[in-house]
Amino acid sequence: MRIIISRQKIRSPFVAKVEELSGQNLLACYQCGKCSAGCPNVDQMDIPPNQLIRFAQLGMEEELKNSKSIWICASCMTCNVRCPKGINIAEVIESIRQIVLRKRNDHVEVKKLSDSEKQNVPPIALISCFRKFTS
Amino acid sequence: MKLSYFPGCTLKNQAKNFEDSALCSLKKLGVEVKEIDRWNCCGTVFSMTTDDLIHHLAPIRNLIRTKEQNSNKLMTLCAMCYNTIKRANERVKADQESLDIINDLMYREEIKYTGDVEVLHLLEILKNDITFENIKQKVVKPLKDLKIASYYGCYLVRPKEIGFDDLENPIVMDELVSALGGNPIDFPFKTECCGAYETVDRPDIIANRTHQILSSAKNYGADAVAVSCPLCFFNLDARQKETQKKFPEFKNIPILYFSQLMALALDCDEESMKFNLHYIDPKPLLKEKGLI
Repeated sequence: MRIIISRQKIRSPFVAKVEELSGQNLLACYQCGKCSAGCPNVDQMDIPPNQLIRFAQLGMEEELKNSKSIWICASCMTCNVRCPKGINIAEVIESIRQIVLRKRNDHVEVKKLSDSEKQNVPPIALISCFRKFTS
Repeated sequence: MKLSYFPGCTLKNQAKNFEDSALCSLKKLGVEVKEIDRWNCCGTVFSMTTDDLIHHLAPIRNLIRTKEQNSNKLMTLCAMCYNTIKRANERVKADQESLDIINDLMYREEIKYTGDVEVLHLLEILKNDITFENIKQKVVKPLKDLKIASYYGCYLVRPKEIGFDDLENPIVMDELVSALGGNPIDFPFKTECCGAYETVDRPDIIANRTHQILSSAKNYGADAVAVSCPLCFFNLDARQKETQKKFPEFKNIPILYFSQLMALALDCDEESMKFNLHYIDPKPLLKEKGLI
């Protein structure tokens, strides 16, 4: 993977937006990896949580918006409670999801769900899924 | 003690076993609860972006309904509802400007919310207000020889600000199991996420989670696993079907709500347990232990 690091990317509006929406100080992260160590779904992710923060610090907007990780995150907040610097990684991941969703790019298309898919899960599953994965 | 009760969407249908067993148990314990009128879905999960206020209307509106009932305490059973409503409550209590905007948006409501409702989960009421000592004395059928692994999941204990027990090593449900005469089994995955809403588009991920959590509980000797959330229940119970397909050596284990354990011990009738809503039938286990 070719990674381009530049001052423009680090000081980009995207990074500012992520910090604003999440309310988190990305530069507080010193890459200890406890978030990734605790993440229950990390084996399914292409970019684990600690790397998501690093990518966000470096302003790697496209990689983050196109990652599978942000849709694998179940917002379990294990990363939040383990972080020694008190960074809410889950909030950072949520802000990247929102940046994508707010452009009307739904991750789950309700119309494409089959009747049996909708009936066989409890209402709480559909509600929380649509809240997290649709705009 | 007068408590307002918020059921939430799923407790009225697929998790009726949770509601009925909890309400029957509370009756046996002499606690009066009243369902709030005109409640709406809490809009789980809590919206985590700093600029979002619209998604906090749904939970706050339920707190207004509580005030309309002249009550200051709202009890929920579902862990996700508890988390969503409590976090929304804390959010507006900490920021008057957000609260003003939310009240303005709900201009048709007769009451303005002022942040004075306390959001409680049944487990913390059992521990702090009713106390496990009192519950122990009211037990009619102790859950003798029943080894229960208590699964807390995420939303009862995280984030730290709203959790009512230790977030890495909660024990409140285990204490309840002890008080009911059962044998609580500790296991390492009791706060590991079940996968929650991933169940809609990625049931394969849920199969992984369920396999890891339930295999561990079994290895530590559990007969059954107790839960407090309808989504955890679905993922750990109904998704055992997908888990078995993916991991052929996986052995089924029944899942029970902690309120069903209470209902059993307090001698509620079997009708309130609604065991027909379970995918893995707990009746053979309970019959074997002489509890039904």
